[in-house]
Amino acid sequence: MLSGVAFVATVVGLQLLTAATGRGYYLTQLTMAAYYTTVVMGLCLVMGYAGQISLGHGAFFAIGGYTSAYLTTLDLSGWAAKGVGLTLRKAGVLVARQDLYGGECLGVTPWLAFAAAVCLTAAVAFVIGYPALRLKGHYLAMATLGFGLIVYRLVLGTERLGGADGISSVPAWKILPGLDVCGRSVCRIQNYYVAFALAGLTLFMVLNLVNSRTGRALRSIHGGELAANAMGINTAQYKLKVFLISAVIAAVAGCLMTHYNGAIGPSESGAMKSVRYVALVAAGGMANVWGALVVGGALEFLSLRGCFGSADHAVFGLILILIVALVPEGPLRPLGRGVVRLFRAVTGRAGA
Amino acid sequence: MLSVDPGSVPAAGVPASPPVFASAPLLRVEGLCRSFGGLLAVDDVSFSVMPGQIKAVIGPNGAGKTTVFNIISGILRPDSGRILFSDVPIAGLPPFRVGELGISRTFQNLSLFPNMTAIENVMVGCHCRTCCGVVASVLRLPRHYREERAIRDAAEKHLAAVGMADKAGVSVASLPFGQRRLVELARALATQPRLLLLDEPASGLNTRETGDLARIIRQVRDTGVTVLLVEHDMSLVMDVSDSILVLNYGKPVTEGPPAEIRNDPQVISVYLGGDFGSAAD
Repeated sequence: MLSGVAFVATVVGLQLLTAATGRGYYLTQLTMAAYYTTVVMGLCLVMGYAGQISLGHGAFFAIGGYTSAYLTTLDLSGWAAKGVGLTLRKAGVLVARQDLYGGECLGVTPWLAFAAAVCLTAAVAFVIGYPALRLKGHYLAMATLGFGLIVYRLVLGTERLGGADGISSVPAWKILPGLDVCGRSVCRIQNYYVAFALAGLTLFMVLNLVNSRTGRALRSIHGGELAANAMGINTAQYKLKVFLISAVIAAVAGCLMTHYNGAIGPSESGAMKSVRYVALVAAGGMANVWGALVVGGALEFLSLRGCFGSADHAVFGLILILIVALVPEGPLRPLGRGVVRLFRAVTGRAGA
Repeated sequence: MLSVDPGSVPAAGVPASPPVFASAPLLRVEGLCRSFGGLLAVDDVSFSVMPGQIKAVIGPNGAGKTTVFNIISGILRPDSGRILFSDVPIAGLPPFRVGELGISRTFQNLSLFPNMTAIENVMVGCHCRTCCGVVASVLRLPRHYREERAIRDAAEKHLAAVGMADKAGVSVASLPFGQRRLVELARALATQPRLLLLDEPASGLNTRETGDLARIIRQVRDTGVTVLLVEHDMSLVMDVSDSILVLNYGKPVTEGPPAEIRNDPQVISVYLGGDFGSAAD
């Protein structure tokens, strides 16, 4: 409850701060950082709690985004003039939008595209995860690494998905009347809140899940898979379940961010994106959802602002190496302990 | 006080246990064989465990005792042979199914979850007797709270039964070895087993701790849990067991009550090497 208030206060505070300092354009990067952080929190569930490494979350993000982009940018106007197409249009499955030249196109409604993106991602994650997670050890890391590379190459080589250019002019997604997920600058503030609403919802769900019977089962798998199994936990099923949940979270974020940016490109499914998500989970402290949110949000924001320059990917690689070598539990907890010790030392001296 | 109150935690998804008659064995192992490469680790082992019994399996190192345990608990598959747990064939079932059916175990080298506290470890043991899933937990439905409270109560009870109530919130990684053994035992009991497998429960314990362990094992049995243990500590074995099975090179040598085994010349020659005193320490 208290942490929820802290989350909302921080989000509102950041927005007011950007408004007060005249840096409203920061909201664009903050919004994107919120979507990326949502993926990181979902991955935290798989990595930090169940102890399984996925190097395919960039690909799941891209599957979500590309499915939405592809379906909503289709032009079905020729087909929808009569028969089934007309019925679908009346039912709201097909919606009209304006193309670049002011003409009318008919595409799939973003809602259906979203549902399709979620279903497709879950199905793909099942196919990848089912065989890999029945085995003990880091088979998931290997399977998802290969899978991520395949998705990247497929996207890059498929003309219908725009090849190296990706898909652009993705229409706005009217979530509620007056609430559009789109990149127009008048919608910047509302989109900032949409993105952080998703991040907050994910935080709430993940925290509830880890502090429960299921969460204990996941942590027990991390702590000792054989013993967890002997205690009556269907370890393969739990690992698969949490992998599916996490992949779907990534796809949801990908889907929304594609509508927000109005475009998606193949780099979203790149191996470096997936490594970056892994690095951010580690930087957040592995089994630490708040850490994933705070560290992930901050670093993604800096990266999107271009603070790391052309060394962007290298910075995240370096972070991963430093965390693993120096502070395996993540920097936040030791930092917190240091602050407490400092505080005690200062107050102790003051009292003496 | 060890009693497992079936009302406290709903036994969801678990078939009601059939009435067990004292005359029918709870566990029947028939012609069990298992080899690793060319080594026959378990060679035609048959025995049965009666309900309410404390049965020990002894034998020199490498006699196949732990392999038998691993096969019963589903961690290893047998090459051949049958295992019947209250007449249900369980050989080859995955470990979690065996656990659900009512067989729990501890491990020779301890296998606690180091990333969790003592009580959380024991709460994991309650997993297979509870049912709240992802949806109930994420949405924090009333039954999530109800069940969490029941799980915590049950776990506290099991920790208290092994005398570890005051260590509930301590991370197991920081507990001394002897206390970790007790937490592991509490975790096994939390699964509400009908048969408890203890793999060398006294290894690494001092004399006083072993004495406490013997008392706890008897208490567990008195609550209606049948116990099968592998042990090297002869004082514990002779103290608590009703019946002893002796294995050597994967084959059963003999079986009988402690008094008989103690004086069996065959046992003395193959296992005790003719010098009971030196093997007992």
